[in-house]
Amino acid sequence: MPKWVDILLIPLINLALALFVSGLVVAYIGENPFEAVAILVKGAVGSPYGWGYTLYYTTNFIFTGLAVAVAFHARLFNIGGEGQAGLGGLGVALVLLALPWPHWSIALLAAMVGAMAFGAFWAAIPAYLLAKRGSHIVITTIMFNFIASALLVYLLVNVIKVQGSMSPETARFGVSLPNANDVLPWVGFPRSTPLNVTFLVSLVACFAVWALIWRTRLGYEIRAYGHSEPAALYAGISPVRIIMVTMLISGGLSGLMAINAVMGEAERLVLDPVQGAGFVGIAVALMGRSHPVGVFLAALLFGMLYQGGAELEFERPAITREMIVVIQALVILFTGALDNMVRAPVERFFVNMNKRAA
Amino acid sequence: MPDVQTHQQGRSDGAALAIELKGISKSFGAVQANKDISIQVAKGTIHGIIGENGAGKSTLMSILYGFYKADAGEIFVSGQKTAIPDSQAAIAAGIGMVFQHFKLVENFTVLENVILGAEEGGLLKPSLSKARKLLAQLAKDYEMDVDPDAVIEDLSVGLHQRVEILKALYRQADILILDEPTGVLTPSEADHLFRILKGLRDQGKTIILITHKLREIMDITDTVSVMRRGEMTATVKTRDTSPEQLAELMVGRKVLLRVDKRPATPGKTVLEVENLRVRDAQGVERLKGVSLNIRAGEVLGIAGVAGNGQSELLEVLGGYATGDGVVRLNGRAIDLSGRYSDGRSRRANGIAHVPEDRQREGLIMDYHAWENTGFGYHHDPAYRSGIFMNNRALKQDTIDKMERFDVRPPNPNLQAKSFSGGNQQKIVVAREIERNPDLLLIGQPTRGVDIGAIEFIHKQIVALRDAGKAVLLVSVELDEIMALSDRIAVMFDGQIMGERLPSETDETELGLLMAGVQRGAA
Repeated sequence: MPKWVDILLIPLINLALALFVSGLVVAYIGENPFEAVAILVKGAVGSPYGWGYTLYYTTNFIFTGLAVAVAFHARLFNIGGEGQAGLGGLGVALVLLALPWPHWSIALLAAMVGAMAFGAFWAAIPAYLLAKRGSHIVITTIMFNFIASALLVYLLVNVIKVQGSMSPETARFGVSLPNANDVLPWVGFPRSTPLNVTFLVSLVACFAVWALIWRTRLGYEIRAYGHSEPAALYAGISPVRIIMVTMLISGGLSGLMAINAVMGEAERLVLDPVQGAGFVGIAVALMGRSHPVGVFLAALLFGMLYQGGAELEFERPAITREMIVVIQALVILFTGALDNMVRAPVERFFVNMNKRAA
Repeated sequence: MPDVQTHQQGRSDGAALAIELKGISKSFGAVQANKDISIQVAKGTIHGIIGENGAGKSTLMSILYGFYKADAGEIFVSGQKTAIPDSQAAIAAGIGMVFQHFKLVENFTVLENVILGAEEGGLLKPSLSKARKLLAQLAKDYEMDVDPDAVIEDLSVGLHQRVEILKALYRQADILILDEPTGVLTPSEADHLFRILKGLRDQGKTIILITHKLREIMDITDTVSVMRRGEMTATVKTRDTSPEQLAELMVGRKVLLRVDKRPATPGKTVLEVENLRVRDAQGVERLKGVSLNIRAGEVLGIAGVAGNGQSELLEVLGGYATGDGVVRLNGRAIDLSGRYSDGRSRRANGIAHVPEDRQREGLIMDYHAWENTGFGYHHDPAYRSGIFMNNRALKQDTIDKMERFDVRPPNPNLQAKSFSGGNQQKIVVAREIERNPDLLLIGQPTRGVDIGAIEFIHKQIVALRDAGKAVLLVSVELDEIMALSDRIAVMFDGQIMGERLPSETDETELGLLMAGVQRGAA
């Protein structure tokens, strides 16, 4: 089977099926599905305003998607991206509030260190429990999402809230990242666009993950462990080390998502800074087949669904917030869970083609 | 109706046919596993099917037993055209199958296993007493004694197999297919099995024996069919053929069945093992005080039935299981306490290891051949640059190794899983032997490997020995142990039962040791 079928055609068929079923649902509630799609696409990519939000969401999903993808290569299912990113937000806030940072670039580097350290720390505990105690990583990372959420609420309400303020959030950071309007003034992004330089950081992260997985010795060991633990043992690769290192990297990547949302957009730490991006990252990694290029494309798709969905909700009140979630869920269902439903017939088709050609 | 004609021709040969396959073809994706195969199996005979790994024997039998559906072709059972869409249909047609890996419920008794799936009515009692009577009868007729109330997990492997045969007979199988039945048996257990099979044949049952062992074919079959690359290349009467001829039919060229080697000239001691003990994850002792030594320029063969501690011995020496005791390499003690990642220091100290199971341990099946060439040696400066892998160097090295070891196809960019068993093994052997180690650990070097590659791998092992290296050879194939070893140690139940020189022992003596019996002790 040609490679382009695997990485392009099959995801596109999956996507088309998801949209088709979504269309049926939209038609069922009495709206025109073609109009709905038009509004969705136009809202997502039809204006610099739309692009600003789409790419902002994309940035979030790239980080959380890469985090899940890296763990997948070691056959670890890290679904704790939500909590790790939340802790990353805490790291960002603590770093940025600690000092009066003279320039955004230094602040960005320092905040990245804080985000990665806190995210990695939050992943390290489940990793340690798995490596040393055999606790199932899916269970522990889920539980750590709840613990992270509770911890953030406690801290925001009792500890790091601005004295005398009624709202559970930290003070505004003294620095802000250049947004798309500052960097590319001629494109016409509105002043308020959330898209900021973190987008470039996420592209660098894609490249770095690609190099890590396919070019470094560590990546070689991670993949070997993911394919076969007995073989890894034979080759002198320590499972404890691989589990720990992989989860630290994965948690660090999740944490980086907070750079975009907390430092770039909110410019202060608020309740629930992650907004579900940790979970979307799972779908993004699945759809992107754990490859950074695939993750980028899938993140872009989900960014469009998020932004376009918000527009659709605004334009067509009959299509509520919940409907948008249904559409997104259908995309996840078809691209992730029902992947084999499409894959098997397509593979058979290409095998038969080859046979006839031979 | 040409079908009927051929069929009548078959009958006019004299004997009635139990099974006739006509024009069976089956492909998996682009791989054609069976190409237009026709075969006639006469009633009341033992019919051997021999062929290299991947020749399509198992596929053919799976079609006959209803696991796969043939793309084309017809099956006749006792002259009746029969469709066999699933194993229920096969059983109904009187076909029974004994698999290579037994399918028994470990914590059920023999009786319960025999009736499993063939219970009559809602109550167990009538079926059980019926089976008990039948078992007693079979025990008398065919030397098939087995305690009907014994729990399976308490029985030996040889008895497990007997229960599988009883299961088939209980289901009134007239045609019995056995897939590599002797792989897990001691020589005396194998002899017993053959006596049983001959008894069944004499009672009019038909037996199809799938094997890659030429000796078994010569010993007990009446007719033998040879398969090569999905095709049936010949069917001959066993008494009219010879092992050499069969080997040639299997491989398609002349092969040397014996290993040419000069007497060993052992040098200084390379490996000393004293009182080595190993426990598995459940705390069961797998090695119970093993002591042995190997000198430079000699091959020590470890004979024994699979599962008597050989694997654990290799794992400890290879650095991925913990043990107690003393192991010295070139006079220096090796730390046995580290559970993980000692493989790296073992390799650095000059121990190379061809593991018993290449697909589980020796290779990453999804990795390209060139990635597998560096597997375990990926920290070697030649294969890396800083934190990165030196992929170019690895690829070049793979191309060179593939040429020297005649790996086919010589394409470093194919995944390990797309090579045949023999070529996979060559990739592993090339990787380990070309490190020029002081000590080579090699487990089941030719399991599932075609005859041509066996010849080649054996030559490489002897060449390494002649270059003054120590070799620890673990194999369940006695022929292989006898052919390659300079000394033979027999393992049973985690202990060395004794050491023999190949020139001063025979298979009978080794077979007794493998079963835990010391000659003269009885």
